[in-house]
Amino acid sequence: NRQAHPRFARARALAAGLALPALLALPALLPLPAAAEGFGLGRTALPQELAAWDIDIRPDGLGLPEGSGDVQTGEALFSERCAVCHGDFGEGVDRWPVLAGGQGTLADRDPVKTVGSYWPYLSTLWDYVHRAMPFTEAHSLNVNDTYAIVAYILYSNDIVDDDFTLTRENFATVEMPNADGFFVDDRDQVEVPAFSAAPCMHDCKTDVHITRRATVLDVTPETETDTETGDETASAEAPAAPPEPTGLDPVLVAAGEQVFRKCAACHRIGTDARNAVGPVLNGVVGRHAGAIDDFRYSPAMKAAAEDGLVWTPELLDAYLTDPKTIVPRGRMSFAGLRRAEDRAAVIAYLQAQEG
Amino acid sequence: TPDPLITENQPWSTTLGEGVDVTPYGLPIHFESDVVRRNVPWLTAETISSINFTPIHALEGTITPQGCAFERHHAGAIELSKADYRLMINGLVDRPLIFTFEDLLRFPRETRVLFMECAANSGMEWAGAQLNGCQFTQGMIHNMEYTGVPLRLLLAEAGVQPAGKWVLVEGADASGMSRSLPLEKALDDCLVAFQANGEALRKEHGYPVRLCVPGWEGNMWVKWLRRIEVGDQPWEHREETSKYTDTMADGRSRKWTWVMDAKSVITAPSPQMPIAHGPGPLVITGLAWSGRGKITRVDVSKDGGRSWETARLSGPAHDKALQRFYLDTVWDGSEMLLQSRAIDETGYVQPTKDALRAIRGENSIYHMNGIQTWFVAADGRVENVEVSS
Repeated sequence: NRQAHPRFARARALAAGLALPALLALPALLPLPAAAEGFGLGRTALPQELAAWDIDIRPDGLGLPEGSGDVQTGEALFSERCAVCHGDFGEGVDRWPVLAGGQGTLADRDPVKTVGSYWPYLSTLWDYVHRAMPFTEAHSLNVNDTYAIVAYILYSNDIVDDDFTLTRENFATVEMPNADGFFVDDRDQVEVPAFSAAPCMHDCKTDVHITRRATVLDVTPETETDTETGDETASAEAPAAPPEPTGLDPVLVAAGEQVFRKCAACHRIGTDARNAVGPVLNGVVGRHAGAIDDFRYSPAMKAAAEDGLVWTPELLDAYLTDPKTIVPRGRMSFAGLRRAEDRAAVIAYLQAQEG
Repeated sequence: TPDPLITENQPWSTTLGEGVDVTPYGLPIHFESDVVRRNVPWLTAETISSINFTPIHALEGTITPQGCAFERHHAGAIELSKADYRLMINGLVDRPLIFTFEDLLRFPRETRVLFMECAANSGMEWAGAQLNGCQFTQGMIHNMEYTGVPLRLLLAEAGVQPAGKWVLVEGADASGMSRSLPLEKALDDCLVAFQANGEALRKEHGYPVRLCVPGWEGNMWVKWLRRIEVGDQPWEHREETSKYTDTMADGRSRKWTWVMDAKSVITAPSPQMPIAHGPGPLVITGLAWSGRGKITRVDVSKDGGRSWETARLSGPAHDKALQRFYLDTVWDGSEMLLQSRAIDETGYVQPTKDALRAIRGENSIYHMNGIQTWFVAADGRVENVEVSS
């Protein structure tokens, strides 16, 4: 029952211009808009537009496209596209989400919530991987890639065997271990009555003593007083030295700083920068590959380093165009910068950040 | 001794200040540079999918300036222009529609003040007092005057079919932020907002368009709103299953915990706002709010909850908005254990943290609305503590 929007139909007729007399002559062929329904604003969404944006899926399978993927394919894809943050086995790198394990820990003091231990619906995983992952390249996984990666995550959680192939047809048969672990908010029954008594005003308790203190843990970030003093001292005693002439175009460097935001999910640069998902990039231009001692490079990057690869501006340009052509099995999950001016800008920015 | 600030000429009284237009869009004077959002680096892997905190300790009244209203992004704050903005309504509707930003400006619009609180606000305190400062313990909140189109008008324009019971709202950023809302709420008071505090939304709050879901957890207030789908069932997406669900002591988890329970906090004195002036007149002030309606009363205790006084509410009482309270008192210089307790128009009384733990255990992460205790030492220093109940 998808009628054209009445106002849109009329606008189209009017746009036809000379067709107006014909419309008046043939009222029976073109239904006039019914009594004003709404404001007549907006236009009808086209099928291609709906197909482009309406890609979510639901637990009952609504929206799940035809396709399939097996665990082996998924393992290779996962290693290439996901492991940089989630670890090769879904164990999680640094503070990035752990995807596997943790079954039986939900009642523990620090439960490990993973796809296997916590997620109640498989559709949630498929939907999220397809619509929002990988973190730096959303919408880059096709339908079959998504089936395969989801199959591998199920395997890494011991939910399926290593010869499993996930398809649209068998999707609903996969049983999630914590499917029955949820109940609908019952605060209105359990808490609101308990917390709605007239509050006590006097002699409400006999003993008042401190049971816990935040300062014991000392995890609060530095206070503003410290920061402020530091800033003022710095500005009073050491006026900022004029920047060293680098021969770099400051406009290009500034543009590169904007482009670098695409890199900043994984890479840090500047004073006090440290390794993150990717290695720190201070002084990277002209540096040997794999040169940061305490960073865990991929075997592929280590091999490239042993071959004497040096990050010249030219090589960086090629690497940033398509990382996999320079370091084929490297961990950098980045689609590449298509625009040459973006690459030139970000390389200038990197050059401006000397070690 | 005479005060030289008075007896001697000062530069600001004898020379000229800046002309107009030196700062076409003004920022706070540099003396106020400490009133800023702050991040707790150890909470998240990096800052792109992360959160920071409103400096509620240093603000007054109830309206949060946009520039220091906390940020929460799942794939970074994107730049989406009004010209590039599109909003789709699809699913169980008579007419799937596309609106431009200009289309939205032609619908009747509403202006209302609303608080917006992250469900994880105070979440670090489940296991005990951890962070020293209400900016960090209660600062995942802001309160702004929003202008936007009631969501029900947009849904009516598309024509919700009788089978429609739920609405999926989705953002345009790379996280594809998506939440399921019961249709009843969508038709009740949700706003598709484009202004806050009189000006366009800031980039970090979803420019050009975000959803406002009054009284409900902040994650549902989808930023960069690009699609609204009507369906007959909830979608059970990532942010309503693996996240924003509350795990109880037995390992089972509550889902669809949308409403933010009544809560309050004393913003001064507090760890970042120690008492510097010694004994004598003291203004104790704070904020209270409830996702179920208006705040009707706030009580303050100076002795860790043994006895209570009712505070003075100030400013208009808005539905599902921050309420400022004051207790004007005289401090004798002895130690205090300050607490505040909010009561909303439904009669709900803000519980103690221990009362919440008795029901939920310590693993909930979300919806911690327990009473906050500040220990005030004789020298005026303030510390986040908990007391026996």
